[in-house]
Amino acid sequence: MGAGKALIGADKIQRRPIYFDLHDKGVGQERMAAQVDGAMATVTVEGLQALLQAIQARGYRAFGPTLQNQAIVYDDIDSIDDLPRGWTDEQDGGRYRLLRRADEALFGYSVGPQSWKKYLHAPKLRLWTAERHGEDVSVAPEASPSDRLAFIGVRACEIRAIEIQDRALVGDLYVDPHYKALRERALIVAVNCGQAGNTCFCASMHAGPQAKQGFDIALTELLDGGEHVFLVEAASDEGRALLAQIPHRAASNREIETAEAVIERTASSMGRKMRSDDLNELLMSNLEHPRWDEVATRCLTCANCTMVCPTCFCTSVEDVSDLAGERAERWRRWDSCFTMDFSYIHGGSVRASAKSRYRQWMTHKLATWIDQFGSSGCVGCGRCITWCPVGIDITEEVRAIRGCDASAEEPR
Amino acid sequence: MPQTLKACTSPPDPMAPRMTPVTRFIRESEDVFTLDLAPERATPFAPGQFNMLYAFGVGEIPISISGDSQAPERLTHTIRAVGPVSAALGRLKAGGRVGLRGPFGVGWPVDAYKGFDVVLIAGGIGLAPLRPVIYWLLRHRAAYGRIGVLYGARAPDDLIFRSELEAWRRTPDFQLRVAVERAGPDWTGDVGYVTPLLSKLRFDPRDAVAMICGPEVMIRATALALEDAGVADSRIFVSMERNMKCAIGHCGHCQFGPLFVCKDGPVHSYDRVRNLLAYREL
Repeated sequence: MGAGKALIGADKIQRRPIYFDLHDKGVGQERMAAQVDGAMATVTVEGLQALLQAIQARGYRAFGPTLQNQAIVYDDIDSIDDLPRGWTDEQDGGRYRLLRRADEALFGYSVGPQSWKKYLHAPKLRLWTAERHGEDVSVAPEASPSDRLAFIGVRACEIRAIEIQDRALVGDLYVDPHYKALRERALIVAVNCGQAGNTCFCASMHAGPQAKQGFDIALTELLDGGEHVFLVEAASDEGRALLAQIPHRAASNREIETAEAVIERTASSMGRKMRSDDLNELLMSNLEHPRWDEVATRCLTCANCTMVCPTCFCTSVEDVSDLAGERAERWRRWDSCFTMDFSYIHGGSVRASAKSRYRQWMTHKLATWIDQFGSSGCVGCGRCITWCPVGIDITEEVRAIRGCDASAEEPR
Repeated sequence: MPQTLKACTSPPDPMAPRMTPVTRFIRESEDVFTLDLAPERATPFAPGQFNMLYAFGVGEIPISISGDSQAPERLTHTIRAVGPVSAALGRLKAGGRVGLRGPFGVGWPVDAYKGFDVVLIAGGIGLAPLRPVIYWLLRHRAAYGRIGVLYGARAPDDLIFRSELEAWRRTPDFQLRVAVERAGPDWTGDVGYVTPLLSKLRFDPRDAVAMICGPEVMIRATALALEDAGVADSRIFVSMERNMKCAIGHCGHCQFGPLFVCKDGPVHSYDRVRNLLAYREL
């Protein structure tokens, strides 16, 4: 940072302009332009396999949902046979179960515990290595990765989450070179959700269930009428080039209408909802609400919600050195505002109580994020509800502070 | 990735420190010391900005620059040894190496308040981030009105910058009051907190700017006293301290309500933080 910025008096600071509007053009013009074409294609299940092969042939390492340890988690995929075909999930506060579906859907479930941030914003990353040579010490920064990652089956809420992390890690004063290198090269194959999970509320956060931007290719899985096909929308040059390589046909009007109906059905069957238009004012004017004390009696401050949250970006650093004291490394790892260490300054932690730490997480996610980055930090994916060991429900906490029950709340 | 995601001035690897030689070590008090660093390339800094200092193999901490912003070829940091990193920095001698990143953050608005009376209030090590302001004011003495400095410490032995305190005391048109909480028989100065000393300073509250650095409880008490004296809250500036791991707005640790202390601060105008300071554990 140059001194020019610093010489501005604190009284003269204005909120920095938002670098891009997450709603309108978070994906770059070239991808938006493609959408205007509106060319929809249909591919079969075999066509989808051809798409995956074409992606791999272009040098991408493909990741997608897989079935592991009784959960759907993202991992390397070689073929579409690695996808959780015929599986779905059942989610609720503190509860996640896999169930068999009656059909062979490849994407017939909601989001699992992991998000794509585990690839773009690694849980653990060496930042640099330092070596001592006498009095001198040399520092070698970790090279930025050159991998080309392809994410298969990215939900609309997750695209929004990636855009939110873009804003924090690339679109601010300083750029995280590791995130940027991976993000710029990443290929995103979105999937419009065919069903809403019981902890989903992306519709309330205007983040889904339809991917409207931020993807190279978007799929809608169509299973109605005995046929198993995917409606495909290519929205970037890369996406169009891939589509051109695989067997496809123009989508029929009926297929397009069916896809729209699937998305509409998903949007109208969200398991949770949360009024989101006034959360900054609501929460920041209720910082001493008794509900914070109440939720603190249930919150274990385990940090699960922050680990599964696709937008939580906080990290800490750790220094390791060899026994001889000749070599040292700086590692960055995910951190959580739920730990005592997070706010520690000499003399103690600023946020020592569970109440203050839950309040920090929720007010940051839903309120101060808007001041900082121009959008909410919540995408309504519901992971923090499902993976909370005691089932704390962020939508319920908001309602409690709002002082109304579920039935009284405005829809979406 | 859209072009608009590009940030303005980010270095290619903002987390990598530059190893920088220590040119001087000064013992200020039992647990406070000053390190002068000679950066390879002098980077301009503003009074109130901070650097991240890395002790090899131990860790990295944010430290305000305590030297003269008009001589940036020498980077001076005054540090109290309170944890493992500050203790390791305290074991350095001239010729040693410190990892350096910075300067970071928003400093004191010295330029914006030319023509004003200036009141500086420091508690303990809080004098260090304000010393660049004193240097600035003394270099540009004619551009400012009356100058008053209040400095509080626990005990006479804890006072830092002692020879400079003596020099400032002898400086014409420069009001300095030093108070200690626990005085010994040799102490002839003020005893107690700095807040009551505000009434001993000559300044025009309607035309004054105040800058405070010290423990948060002192910040709140002195800011309140300044307001009572008639200084507008938008002309009271406070330097905040929070846990920081990155200094570039990415690690999230320094958040204070909507503010990132590392990039929105560490210096904030009191009208922006007063409401936040009112909440415990925010």
